[in-house]
Amino acid sequence: MKRMILCLLLAMMPGIVAGSPTMHATEKPLRIGLTPTFPNDQYRPLEAWRLYMERKLNRRVEFVQRDKYIETMDLLRLKKLDFAWVCDYPYVYFKKQVRLLATPVSAGRPYYRSYLIVPASDKTTVSMAQLKGKIFAFTDPYSNTGYLAPRLMLHQVGEDPAHFFGKTFFAWSHRRVLEAVGNGLADGGAVSSHVWETLSIGKPELTSTTRIVSKSEEYGFAPFVAQIGVSDAEFEAMRKLLLEMATDPEGKPLLKELNLDGFIAGDPQLYRRVEQVMRILDEK
Amino acid sequence: MRFLFNLSFRYKIPLWGSLLIVAATLAVSAALIAQAYNDLQNDLLNSSANLGRILAKNLFPAMLQEEVWRGFEIIRAPLHGEGADNPIQPEMILVLDREQHVFVSSHPKLVPMLADLSRLGEDYTHLSRLIAARPQIDAPIIDYFSPLQIYIAVPIAEEGARLGTLVIVHSKGVFLPRFRVVAWRSAVTGLLILAILLPINWYWGRRTSVPLVELARGIGDVARGVIEHPPAATYLYQDELGQLFETYGVMVKALQKKRLLEQEMIRSERLAAIGRLSAGLAHEINNPLGGMLVALDNFKLRGGHDERTLKTVAMIERGLAQIRDTVGTMLVEARVESRDMAPQDLEDVQMLLAGEAHKREVVIELDSDIASPVALPATLMRQVLINLLLNAIHASEPAGTVRCAMRHADQRLTIEVENAGRIVPPEMMAHLFEPFVSGDETGHGLGLWVTYQIVSQLGGQIAVKSGDCLTRFVVLLPTGATT
Repeated sequence: MKRMILCLLLAMMPGIVAGSPTMHATEKPLRIGLTPTFPNDQYRPLEAWRLYMERKLNRRVEFVQRDKYIETMDLLRLKKLDFAWVCDYPYVYFKKQVRLLATPVSAGRPYYRSYLIVPASDKTTVSMAQLKGKIFAFTDPYSNTGYLAPRLMLHQVGEDPAHFFGKTFFAWSHRRVLEAVGNGLADGGAVSSHVWETLSIGKPELTSTTRIVSKSEEYGFAPFVAQIGVSDAEFEAMRKLLLEMATDPEGKPLLKELNLDGFIAGDPQLYRRVEQVMRILDEK
Repeated sequence: MRFLFNLSFRYKIPLWGSLLIVAATLAVSAALIAQAYNDLQNDLLNSSANLGRILAKNLFPAMLQEEVWRGFEIIRAPLHGEGADNPIQPEMILVLDREQHVFVSSHPKLVPMLADLSRLGEDYTHLSRLIAARPQIDAPIIDYFSPLQIYIAVPIAEEGARLGTLVIVHSKGVFLPRFRVVAWRSAVTGLLILAILLPINWYWGRRTSVPLVELARGIGDVARGVIEHPPAATYLYQDELGQLFETYGVMVKALQKKRLLEQEMIRSERLAAIGRLSAGLAHEINNPLGGMLVALDNFKLRGGHDERTLKTVAMIERGLAQIRDTVGTMLVEARVESRDMAPQDLEDVQMLLAGEAHKREVVIELDSDIASPVALPATLMRQVLINLLLNAIHASEPAGTVRCAMRHADQRLTIEVENAGRIVPPEMMAHLFEPFVSGDETGHGLGLWVTYQIVSQLGGQIAVKSGDCLTRFVVLLPTGATT
């Protein structure tokens, strides 16, 4: 049985990595980087999305998954990727190396928040201040909702984020932070509202192990970005595809699976707040 | 306790046998269970040590880079195995740093990160000491058994650097289901063995004990004076028990023979005593009797007596004569001078009895091989024959036959007289040859007494067998040279 599953996985691999060789064998595949900014371990809807893109763009599409934002950003910089769905913080941080392609819309707005979560068994914590000296799980040093936002919270109450917690660690994805907190590995953690809400629909048993203590202010939703060298035609084709998904009968169910309403062209103004926070925290 | 040892072999042998079988079965089962437990424990230690080595190798880079989550994922993986009933599956895994603080634990709610191992409880304090005692990089794997848990500590080291220690915790509780299965199997096997062996044991025990019990009862009877035949065919084999039975049989037979001899001796003694007594009495009576009869003769010869006196004297004379006759009969005197018995004597006896036989319609068949005189006193032999034959005639049914056989060989005369009809009652058998014992009201009961006295005084033997409507007297007499 195990061997069969392995064979099946191997058979599926070229599909994920290289697309269908019969269809567009000669053309260079479009490479799209995916990060844990959304629940990127939903392999079935992701494969459907990839095939959808291949059909719409009529070329091969490859999804490239990396846990750490910095790796995806490196790949973009090295032109190994054409597009990527990254966090708003790295987008702002590496603004000069990428172009804003599209911003997802969730619950009708192109914004999301950072949730401060504690284990569900913790009934007492009501504010960040109560986590002093405790173990805290961050998502990624280049995550806004999973790193920057909670640090801002501490900064706002006059605490030094570098020494406030007893121990911190990076779990390298919002979902893992959620699991770490749910398991009690960490006493608290910060996650993207989008990931938390999406998992609360698909995997309520996971989110129910945690409790949201507080929600941050709104930030521009983690955007889709394009590598600076991508041609305009490719850029527009990709943007058109994303923007039209909401009205496309094939695209709609995919958006539903991703817990999104759709995409908008996006405006760098949406991400001004991140820049401010960076300055406040002296991250640049 | 003594009560148990006093039990009959009938219960003791099967009981002890059963006890031994049960004890042996229990011992074997216990050994199997202990072996299974040992195997399980060794399996666990081996597999856990292997797991520990693999995990430690993977944990090294995670610890080096302070990747808590990665460490967590590594130690959680083996816990999501086949199920809780797999005893090899760890209960908890801890990763400790160099200071024995928890770097990450598989169950952070039970053992949180950063916790000091030595403060986590008694077991952990002890474990902490064990780990601290071996701080070197290539320290061996430590296994420590606490009452409820088994701990395996593996150093997390690579290329000459030790970052910490991996602790795998197994609960002994998960042994229980497996252990129960083994115990259950052993118990079933044990019961099967018992089910086969116990009946065999009971059967064998009974086979051995029943003859023993019979023998004990037989010997007890002998001790109480009741001699019976050995319990026949209760034991057929030639082992010690069989030999015991055989010896017992021989002993009983010897005892029976001895008792018969004793009885015979007592009877002979009694008869001899009666003989001596009656002979003495007869002599004592005969002397005054002779005097009295002579006196009466003299009285009659003197004459001049009236009729009435004479009548009285005659009556006294008759009475005295009767006493003389009776005493004379009782006083058997074998040392009388007599000629040897000749074939003619037999014919005389037959002739003499013919009248009586005819009266009773009894036929006398005489079968004799005596052709020449036999060295035995003819008068006495005639009396013996007449007594035995008369007895037989009287005991016969009408139209019966009385057989008399006489054989003379090897200086021994055998006389056999038999008749069908009334048998001698058993209670009379022992006193048959005593005086005044009579089978019917007609005889005075001296015939057989006299016969016995004669045969005894001639150095012979007389025996009687009566049963199945047949009574037979056998007389054996030694014969000397003819005179």
